Amino acid sequence: MKRKNVIDLDRFSDAEIRIILETAKEMKKFIQGDVKKLDALKGKSIVTLFYEPSTRTRTSFELAGKYLGADVVNITSGNSSVVKGESLRDTLYTIEAMGIDAVVIRHPSEGAADIAEKVYEKKTPREKRPLVINAGDGAHAHPTQALLDIFTIEQHFKQLTGLKVAIIGDILHSRVARSDIIGMRQMGMEVHLAGPKTLLPRFLDQEPGIFIHEHLEDALEDADVINVLRIQLERQAAGFFPTTREYAKFFGLNEDRLKLAKPDAIVLHPGPQNMGLEISPKVAYSDRSKIRDQVQNGVAIRMAVLLLTLCGGE
Amino acid sequence: MILIQNARVIDPANSFDEISDVLIEDKKISRIEKQIDARDLENVQRIDASGKILAPGLVDMHAHLREPGQESKENFIDGAKSAALGGFTTVATMPNTNPVVDNAALVRSMKARAAEAIIKIEIIGAMTKNQKGEQLAEMLDMIDAGAVAFSDDGHFVDNARIFLNALDYLAPTGKLAICHEEETSLVEGGSMNEGHRSAVFGVKGRPTVAEDIAVARDCLLAEYSGGRVHIAHISSARSVEIVRDAKSRGVHVTAEATPHHLTMTEDLVTLSDTMTKVNPPLRTLKDVNAVVAGLKDGTIDCIVTDHSPHAFEEKDREYNRAPSGFPGLTRALALLIRKLVREGKISMPQLISKMTFEPAKIFGLLDKGIGTLSIGTPADLVLIAPNFNPITETPVDLTMCDGKILVCDGKLVD
Repeated sequence: MKRKNVIDLDRFSDAEIRIILETAKEMKKFIQGDVKKLDALKGKSIVTLFYEPSTRTRTSFELAGKYLGADVVNITSGNSSVVKGESLRDTLYTIEAMGIDAVVIRHPSEGAADIAEKVYEKKTPREKRPLVINAGDGAHAHPTQALLDIFTIEQHFKQLTGLKVAIIGDILHSRVARSDIIGMRQMGMEVHLAGPKTLLPRFLDQEPGIFIHEHLEDALEDADVINVLRIQLERQAAGFFPTTREYAKFFGLNEDRLKLAKPDAIVLHPGPQNMGLEISPKVAYSDRSKIRDQVQNGVAIRMAVLLLTLCGGE
Repeated sequence: MILIQNARVIDPANSFDEISDVLIEDKKISRIEKQIDARDLENVQRIDASGKILAPGLVDMHAHLREPGQESKENFIDGAKSAALGGFTTVATMPNTNPVVDNAALVRSMKARAAEAIIKIEIIGAMTKNQKGEQLAEMLDMIDAGAVAFSDDGHFVDNARIFLNALDYLAPTGKLAICHEEETSLVEGGSMNEGHRSAVFGVKGRPTVAEDIAVARDCLLAEYSGGRVHIAHISSARSVEIVRDAKSRGVHVTAEATPHHLTMTEDLVTLSDTMTKVNPPLRTLKDVNAVVAGLKDGTIDCIVTDHSPHAFEEKDREYNRAPSGFPGLTRALALLIRKLVREGKISMPQLISKMTFEPAKIFGLLDKGIGTLSIGTPADLVLIAPNFNPITETPVDLTMCDGKILVCDGKLVD
């Protein structure tokens, strides 16, 4: 996996995903210890280039890099040359010229990480090309989120094959759902999608190996995992659903709906949550909820990804 | 005098397709005969065209040459050169410029500017003021100034009343309303065809139903008003059916298709290549096959390029932020010969007809001698090498406009 860009999970075999999960296990033990500093990535420099606000993804990448001994610099669009109108290409050239080893990019446009990869492809020799790690591009992909979701599920169930996952809510605008679908299907899980029909992508039913339901209940029934997606409030103004009140009532995950799932089912949410909208506080703060585990696992997964791609895990 | 010998002369306007010699004299086509004896002629430049096809200069009724105001993308002079390299001698340019060409003064100044270019450039005026779809533009005045047709291309005229008024107002003039058919609210923010691929990419789509609704509305309004509607760059299978049905009922509707909608599908779209972004978007194979079938059976009258160049830095952006469109004039013929003629979908004479006689006919250019090789018409013609190698060569061997050779051996003559 050394020098492999992380654009989306469709470029990773199940064996590679397995290696990442195993490495993340080690990393998790390490971050639960007292002295959180390794020198595996000593001398490596990583830039996080964020064109969208983020708490957990950006911070967890930064901490992951620092725990491994790398130097990490954060660029957010608000206080960079982006506000002066610099193009994505030029920003990428600029940070590359400073000698970075990896760029972690978050961008509102689908394909931004693909573009970054293409911009750096011309750089020779190959060993000098900065690695590109996608931290979320529009509604397209968020591979490390999918990996941490899968890792969290495996930590709980100790295995993955055959588990039924229900992803509910705004599938249409969700990069998390798209990467989850790819990764979970690859690891032998059964992926079910549900939400208001306005927020289910038309034509996604042509994608093999996933199940799309018009009724939330069908997706939740006997689920092992429920992944609740965040509802972006501006979607109401765009006419996807009438009111947040109606959304919470008919599509939010509450205790009653949770009962449809298996008794030991777990609840995930990529955050940040709209408490009381897509998820009720009683569910979010219950012991079924693994939402805070996800955050810690996020650091472990990102350490594993950085370690494996930047130095092959040595 | 120029004598082109032994060419396969294809002139759809006169249903002519024979090996002949063609004599060009005083900027006009003076003789087309089985054999013209050059010994009787003085100062004659002879061109051997054995194995080649001589056709009327190609006519493109839908291009964006970007003047006035968007010269960083293209200008008339350079656009005309690209056109000549592609075998075109007449190109109509769209008014979605800055400012929008929506009045006679601008049409006149663009006509004057066009006179500096090496090919013939026709000016299409805006149908509504500033292409806003709110108030009719001064179309009669623009016709007097020389506008060839009218269009709010780039935008669908959302207001049905305004569009009906435009049709009624234009009906007595016989000028065409060229209609960009995508219902605005269904395509806003969309970057590619809405389908399985856009769903997987998470990219906002532009559904075929947006085009179908618009085509259906405008066919119905054409029927109601009796005015003439010309459907721009048709791309959806259902839209082709709707036009076919309207034509069968005698509605005054015509349609055009682009080389890309005749040959390319959404499978080409990748998120890091904005050169695949165009409106209407590249569709599915089912749509492409329907557009080809429509071209063949006459539902679609002509081929246009929708040549839409952008500056590098404008197109070099994130997929959803990049502007739509790409250049088409230089490579249109090569693409169409390779993907339609060589694959047996349409014949060479059919292709030539759709790129010369048919567009000239529906846009009323035959009277100017455009789109035909009739004796006495201006010598606008193209010599096509049908067996060109698509990787290394162009099919355009020679382009001539008003008797002047613009392109020779595939290269611009300076």
